[in-house]
Amino acid sequence: MSEHQALKRPIITLPFMLLAAVALVGLYFLAIRFTSGMGFVTNLNSGYAWGVWVVYDVIVGTALACGGYALAITVYVLNKGEYHPLIRPALLASLLGYALGGLGAFIDMGRWWQFYNIFLPWHMNFNSVMLEVGLCVATYILVLFIEFSPTLLEKIGAKGLLKTLNKVLFFFIALGVLLPTMHQSSLGSMLIAMGHKVHPLWQSLHIQPLLAVMTALIMGFAVVVFEASFTAVGFRRPSETPLLTRLSKGIVGLMGLYLIIRFAEIILRGKLGLIFAGDLGSWMFLLETTLFIFPLLVLLSPSLRQRGHYLLYAAVSMLFAGALYRFNAFLITYDPGPGYSYFPSVSEIMVTAGVIAIEIMAYLFLVKKFPVLHSTDPA
Amino acid sequence: MKRRDFLKASLGGTAALLSSGAAEARGNLEPAEDAIGMLFDSTLCIGCKACVSKCKEVNGMPPVAMEDEIQYDAARDLSPQTLNVIKVYMEGVGTHKDQAVDGFAFEKRSCMHCVDPGCVSVCPVTALRRHPKTGIVTYHADACIGCRTCMVGCPYNVPQFDYDNPFGEIHKCQMCNQAGVERVDKGMMTGCAEVCPTGATLFGSRKALLEEAQRRMTLSAGEIYNYPRGDIRKPESHHEKQVPAYQKHIWGEKEAGGTNVMHISAISFDKLGMPPLGERSYASISETVQHTLYKYLALPAVALAGLTFVVRRNTSDDEGGDS
Amino acid sequence: MAVNEFDFTAVEKRLGVSRRTFLKFCTGVAASLGLSSNAAMAMAKAVADPKKRPPVIWLHGQECTGPSESLLRSEQPSLEHLILDLISLDYHQTLDAGAGHQVEDIKKKAMQENKGKYLLVVEGAIPLANDGIFCKIGGETMVDITNEAAEHAAAIVAFGSCASWGGVQSADPNPTGAVGAPQLLSGKTVVTIPGCPPNPANFIGTVLYFVTYGKLPPIDEKGRPKWAYGRLIHENCYRRPHFDAGRFALEFGDEGHRKGYCLYKLGCKGPETYNNCPSLEFNNIGGGVWPIGIGHPCFGCSESGVGFSKPLFSLADVKTHTPPNMFPSIDDREGGTGISTGAAAITGAAVGLAVGATAMAAKKLDNKEHDES
Repeated sequence: MSEHQALKRPIITLPFMLLAAVALVGLYFLAIRFTSGMGFVTNLNSGYAWGVWVVYDVIVGTALACGGYALAITVYVLNKGEYHPLIRPALLASLLGYALGGLGAFIDMGRWWQFYNIFLPWHMNFNSVMLEVGLCVATYILVLFIEFSPTLLEKIGAKGLLKTLNKVLFFFIALGVLLPTMHQSSLGSMLIAMGHKVHPLWQSLHIQPLLAVMTALIMGFAVVVFEASFTAVGFRRPSETPLLTRLSKGIVGLMGLYLIIRFAEIILRGKLGLIFAGDLGSWMFLLETTLFIFPLLVLLSPSLRQRGHYLLYAAVSMLFAGALYRFNAFLITYDPGPGYSYFPSVSEIMVTAGVIAIEIMAYLFLVKKFPVLHSTDPA
Repeated sequence: MKRRDFLKASLGGTAALLSSGAAEARGNLEPAEDAIGMLFDSTLCIGCKACVSKCKEVNGMPPVAMEDEIQYDAARDLSPQTLNVIKVYMEGVGTHKDQAVDGFAFEKRSCMHCVDPGCVSVCPVTALRRHPKTGIVTYHADACIGCRTCMVGCPYNVPQFDYDNPFGEIHKCQMCNQAGVERVDKGMMTGCAEVCPTGATLFGSRKALLEEAQRRMTLSAGEIYNYPRGDIRKPESHHEKQVPAYQKHIWGEKEAGGTNVMHISAISFDKLGMPPLGERSYASISETVQHTLYKYLALPAVALAGLTFVVRRNTSDDEGGDS
Repeated sequence: MAVNEFDFTAVEKRLGVSRRTFLKFCTGVAASLGLSSNAAMAMAKAVADPKKRPPVIWLHGQECTGPSESLLRSEQPSLEHLILDLISLDYHQTLDAGAGHQVEDIKKKAMQENKGKYLLVVEGAIPLANDGIFCKIGGETMVDITNEAAEHAAAIVAFGSCASWGGVQSADPNPTGAVGAPQLLSGKTVVTIPGCPPNPANFIGTVLYFVTYGKLPPIDEKGRPKWAYGRLIHENCYRRPHFDAGRFALEFGDEGHRKGYCLYKLGCKGPETYNNCPSLEFNNIGGGVWPIGIGHPCFGCSESGVGFSKPLFSLADVKTHTPPNMFPSIDDREGGTGISTGAAAITGAAVGLAVGATAMAAKKLDNKEHDES
């Protein structure tokens, strides 16, 4: 069990304090949200029922937490054992991302005290995409916790339990691959029912689930690279560039396929003209596509992908691209009809910022106290 | 081999998904057998707002003051306090009724009671229900979790969440038939149809209303027609009026599967704020995709079995199988 | 002061009214015409000057003499004095003391003597069917009489709905082919004072204006003085707030009717009838006496195509609606706040932070790799 180790560095640092301040501001506005109502904190209206809380915390946030999902496929399904060192931090980030995504959904829930209705069979509507997402995300959070639990068990030294767990873990790993495939695709399916309100460039109807799951995977891989790079810099650990370089080759195929499907759908449905319409939708589409193509070019180049900082640039570009794809579809080019407008209020953004701050703080705390990162000395 | 296993197990789902448009497609829902509805004839509306006023009375809703002056109920749009509102289309000098250029026209905004309602399809907890007999779409706060998917799933932006209330709920027209009101069950008309002085809001069965609308489409402009008021099946009275130049279009006959509240007008509906809808309901497409993927959970079960097999083999390769 | 400079003693004596009452009357007429107090003085002077009195030829066609009757019964102090002394009524079939060929001769003589100076008032419709035989006076048809009198008139006033557009005689199927004076005298300017009966104030005001300024007041395309007929009854009706709030009397004697709700649903034609009844009420009786005031829907008596042609309880076409700003436009929405500077700044900062942190980390990573290699 010497493969992983805790960082053993001080918890309370300047960045940690700054994050705590942001989190406190977020919590303050959250208190207002629960005592007075969402209207006092958000700019939500009848046209824009979903604002930055749903779209960032849940829809983009869970995609950013797909690192565990992407690596689980790589390591356990495609049997690429060499990426094993990356998996624990990725699982931790996924667990935190999903848990806070769940929290985000909860604070956005208008009638939160009845949230459990979604788990009561007599209330369930099996036609609803939202039901699938809700149940699946809730189960996946549990599965992620089980997948991550060996780390905690190692820390407390519960060896017997660890052994038992390891015997059945394969099932949870399988579930951990299936569940994100299900609900990440469903996040795309949700756009179908929104119909004409979704900009035609993002309303791919039957293709929605496929595009959603592919962007989730792209973002998942990107976040692994991003995280490994920042860990290397932030904690002054040796860089994992060679490993990431090899990983990036797989990403190239995924992104290429994604772009082909995305453009094929647009061309076959005769929506190509919209790309050059010169309106908000067309500019956002061009920006989003640029953010997808830039990393593709970097990763295609054998010399560039050897270099850590280019990999990081590519990864961040992918993250922005994937996030923008979802932001565009759900919010930026989402048009409920003339007369409606939405931009998040300061308090609304601060709540989201608070959630992100708590997520980073929890990550910092856990990697310093628990054996998450793999040991630097040769195992 | 292992790669192929994976592809079989999990990408199989994607293949089914790609072809889901053709396979097992769920079509639009059909109108309920005794569908109750309303017909709004924009050309008959005189903008008196009696319907807005009566609606508030029946549903016990407070007025919306204009710029903080409690003088008039001056609702600008649907809101948690307003389930029904009369809006105006105006162009140019705006003096000629029912004329697109230099004219004006009134338009009613309220729940359309879709035949294939998006809100009912997307609600995770069946807080929105379509009555199997009357087709009326009702809301049930005891089930609602406040996720507001109904709002994004409604093509007309009808459901309204009360954001300013920490314990808010969704508000929408329930055809005066929600628990505690039940006007339709008691054999009464909806409040708005009852008070409408001109019969611009006409109550009745969807079938009879559709027939009436189709009849009006066949009339030529200038002809005198005896317009019924109240309930189309037993009108309280009629009044004679010259027929306007109707657009030959009954909104809600086919749009996204049709609606129980239908509109007719002398001005094209895009000018009256109706959304760009085709004949297929988005709910039916969404459910087709969803049921293709999750029918009896067969696909996920097969995928899980395949994945379990593959993962078990791969983890036992890595001695000890720890993570 | 103009008032003091002017000698009213002759007027007082002639009209038998006090100076005060007389000035009050003139000011009242000027005010309802929308004119200033200077105009009131000008009117007072014009009326006081006997030389300015225009001769008047007053014809009666198919009618009930309602306009004359309403004029004679109006409540203004000594109005009959005023109207009889203000003008020189040379011919009026109901008021003339004489009869038969005697008055007909007087009429002809008066018209001859005052060629181009007399005021012609037409009361009643003019039948055109069967060469106009349905209305004859002294052996001549009304058509001929009207044409003859109109030829040399200084001004023509059609008084009452019958003279203005045909009135009740012209109601479908109109067997006598009754028309109003403007229809017969096409090509001539005819001022119309419709109403059944018309409000005498509208007539007096118009005539006083003519006497004072020697010209007719501004009129609309139907010949109606704009000061009296410029607005729909619906626009000035005091039951209007009930209309706006959707409160209607549904039948006579019901709760809404007793509470004074809007009478639109009972067939009130106020929304399509132009008249000043809501502000002047009727005949200066006071106490809210006019149809809508006493709880009866407006009949549209003064409006061609409404009164006597639309069924009494049928719905009116609303010609105008509430001030447009009272109706939300199609795209008007509740709430909806624009982008705030703070929110834009935070969003920009967040994206900037992410990009900045990436750039910094990338730089460090690059340095690190150089060190390592």
